[in-house]
Amino acid sequence: MSVFIIRRLMQSALVVVIMSFIVFSGVFLVGDPVEILVSDDADQEEREMMIKSMGLDKPFLVQYGIFISKAIRGDLGDSFVFQEPALLLILDRMPATMELAVVALLIAIVFGIPLGVWAGLKPESLASKSIMTGSILGFSLPTFWVGIMMILLFAVVLGWLPSTGRGDVQIILGMPISVFSWDGFSHVLMPAVNLALFKLSMVIRLARAGTREVMHQDYIKFARAKGLKEQRIILVHVLKNILIPVVTVLGLEFGGLVAFSVVTETVFAWPGMGKLLIDSIGLLDRPIIVAYLMIIVFLFVLINLLVDICYSILDPRVRLQDIKS
Amino acid sequence: MSLSESPTIEVKDLKTYFFTKGGIARAVDGVSFSVGRGKVLGLVGESGSGKTVTGFSILGLVDEPGRIVGGEILYRGENLVSASPDRMRELRGVNISMIFQDPMMTLNPVLRIDTQMIEALQAHESISKDDARQRARDVLGQVGIASPDERLRSYPHQFSGGMRQRVAIAIALLNKPDLIVADEPTTALDVTIQGQILYEVQKLCSQTGTALIWITHDLSVVAGLADDICVMYAGRIVEQGSVNSVLDKPMHPYTDGLISSVPSRNKRGVPLAQIPGMAPSLLKLPKGCSFGPRCAHFSNACDSIPDISNYENGRQIRCHNPLGAGTTLRVTD
Amino acid sequence: MTTAENNMESEEKGYEGVQTPLRRFLSDFCEAKLAVVGFFTILAIALVAIMAPFIAPTDPYDLATVSVLDSRLAPGEAMMNGTTAHLGTDGAGRDMVSAMIYGLRISLGVGIGSGLIAMLIGISFGLLSAYAGGKIDSIFMRIVDIQLSFPAILVALVLLVTLGKGVDKTIIALVVVQWAYYARTIRGTALVERRREYIESAVCLGLSKNRIMFRHLLPNCLAPMIVVGTMQIAHAISLEATLSFLGLGMPQTEPSLGRLISNGFEYILSGKYWISVYPGIALLVTIVSINLVGDRLRDVLNPRLQK
Repeated sequence: MSVFIIRRLMQSALVVVIMSFIVFSGVFLVGDPVEILVSDDADQEEREMMIKSMGLDKPFLVQYGIFISKAIRGDLGDSFVFQEPALLLILDRMPATMELAVVALLIAIVFGIPLGVWAGLKPESLASKSIMTGSILGFSLPTFWVGIMMILLFAVVLGWLPSTGRGDVQIILGMPISVFSWDGFSHVLMPAVNLALFKLSMVIRLARAGTREVMHQDYIKFARAKGLKEQRIILVHVLKNILIPVVTVLGLEFGGLVAFSVVTETVFAWPGMGKLLIDSIGLLDRPIIVAYLMIIVFLFVLINLLVDICYSILDPRVRLQDIKS
Repeated sequence: MSLSESPTIEVKDLKTYFFTKGGIARAVDGVSFSVGRGKVLGLVGESGSGKTVTGFSILGLVDEPGRIVGGEILYRGENLVSASPDRMRELRGVNISMIFQDPMMTLNPVLRIDTQMIEALQAHESISKDDARQRARDVLGQVGIASPDERLRSYPHQFSGGMRQRVAIAIALLNKPDLIVADEPTTALDVTIQGQILYEVQKLCSQTGTALIWITHDLSVVAGLADDICVMYAGRIVEQGSVNSVLDKPMHPYTDGLISSVPSRNKRGVPLAQIPGMAPSLLKLPKGCSFGPRCAHFSNACDSIPDISNYENGRQIRCHNPLGAGTTLRVTD
Repeated sequence: MTTAENNMESEEKGYEGVQTPLRRFLSDFCEAKLAVVGFFTILAIALVAIMAPFIAPTDPYDLATVSVLDSRLAPGEAMMNGTTAHLGTDGAGRDMVSAMIYGLRISLGVGIGSGLIAMLIGISFGLLSAYAGGKIDSIFMRIVDIQLSFPAILVALVLLVTLGKGVDKTIIALVVVQWAYYARTIRGTALVERRREYIESAVCLGLSKNRIMFRHLLPNCLAPMIVVGTMQIAHAISLEATLSFLGLGMPQTEPSLGRLISNGFEYILSGKYWISVYPGIALLVTIVSINLVGDRLRDVLNPRLQK
């Protein structure tokens, strides 16, 4: 077991290093930071001073080396625009994004699993056909457009919910959280539903496919032959079997939620790290882009690692390849 | 007729059809038999002959698009065909239980053995978890599982196939049923384990007076285990009677073919007899006798479906040209 | 005519209603009415997109005819040059109907174009990976795994930040994002098919590797590719729209549907809904239609669900 964890840890570290190289070389090409930082009337000498002080005259690989050695110490550079450490700026925005993603994930699970199981139990019924058509809609609707339509309907036309921004923030257990106050909840509701739609459709489909498959298994028939109530068969025998794959996929997809919140945050002006990223792209604020991507890479690698480890503890039967295919 | 003599289960003219896209498949088409207390009935046939569907019909577990469309299933006089789903659920597992073919598939892989056994008890009576566990433990011991306490805490994948089938049998026996429908429970097992399980089931049934319907395609299993035998072909019973009389003197050409195609030591060197052709698709049954196209004794009469004719010792044959008809007396009604 | 064909024909005559695979496929597909509707909608949309210059009332790219004075007209109002803007005009004064038809053209073109290129690349790598096995396979699949573990939107976003705006660059970004899906799908199927007897017999016959790969293996792996391809094209269209909304992808001068929606977003709070709503509906209908067809294709082509 510990051999397995160590091997996985080393793999993860390797992925982080490779990704950091890709990110660094990709973003290296974006904009000329000197253009942004130096005032328009600066002469050639001032420009060269600036280039030198930022280390931009050094070869690419040396620059990467400096970047990595600083990154290990937690320094991902200062934002050109805010003149503050990029990492701190992003960590400052992170709780808002996490809150949004967690609420969206909960919505996807709480509504997705029952709907999917229902659709899987009665595949021919009208209700389950509507659920499935609805899930195709959920897959097809471009998130940003749905967001705009939600604002149009609930904020502009009906005026029920605030259109943008985050509500009052309370500090709970050391974390700034807004969802527990009415003001905060009313602000988070629309963006969270918006972000959840895609995953909700996915959970519905997974749960439905799982239920359909499990229902045909002999052990369900055997459970009936034991005279169990239908309720127990569904809540225990079926649910427990489909829960493992659904939860695994959802765990892996949490990173996807965080990443996709870039779109939702832009639509709803949610002050998270995704909105910061898009603003920074517009301002060509290179350090923030790099810092954001590095944090996302780190998050993804971490999630993958945790899911793999949890899975191997929970279910030793399942070989790790099975999760991925 | 007094109560003690009445059979545990009596199936009368049962018809279970499957309404598929390609047409109606008459999986069970007019099947009748009965099994008394402590008796064992062997239900024999090829795959697709309707023997498994007959078993599921008795438990009310026929899946869509299948439906029982006619006949009666009398369990101690109560007609199960017209029983409500709730009543059927009450009976299942307590009065009638079933053992399935593939032990690898019958236990839920994500639930521990104790969960699966205790729930079977708690579904039918209010019994505390501890008492239920105690009962489960005892029954596991009965079916020959060593260190049942430890086994109860295991998951199915930690068991071998033979062990799993013992657990499945233990679950079937938990509530001391009057009737067990066993659907080829030993087919997937090694011969030695098959022998052990046959022996134990037989012992348990004769001790408790449980009636047993043993579904199989293996005549040798039936020969050693059953009292009576029903041979099914394409949804109908073609021959039934006591095991000895049927196996010694088969009258239906199909039964005869089945018996001769069993490899045996006495016939070494002689090419194995086989039944020509394949079992027909239930959607495209031949006209008249379903076995006609494969039968060596086919005659013009076989263009119509043969009725059941009764012979001495309660034997019934569905054939226009029965074998050895001269030596067995036909009983006319 | 060979004997085999003779046999088949006589068999078909013998059993009435025996279907050819194609006919069976069509009748299965048509059982879902929604999918049929989706299919014809796609046809109609494609036709509109192809014929855009002949159908559109005005040319939204022709700066000479676009006037700022026409900006943000409500649906039904008349523009300066006298034509009625049935769905209103956008912030730059472009007729929405025309802008949408041209936008559809770009969205579809980018989606289908990138889908097909990605499919070609994915099939090549996936087949090679499955057929070669060993080291090559594990290296390829490691790359695919790593790429797929990061969300498409972020990968495309980084690429476009680096590459800049334009049709070609958008297509490149979308190809990079998609190829791995195809590669993984075809590898999975090919691995299953490779173990089948017909491949073994082809190997025993001494056929060349290429012939086995493309003439024997590939045709048997196509069914899942068709399904993944349909879904991926819908996904690509949606992704392009999202990227354009975020200000990446298509430039302002050649607005795709996503860019049109994005343009309208700033006016939504003032109630000028049409600039965002109508292009969105066009986008939605396109994507839903493709997904409905894809969904049905998956059910029909999935051998596990077939009775």
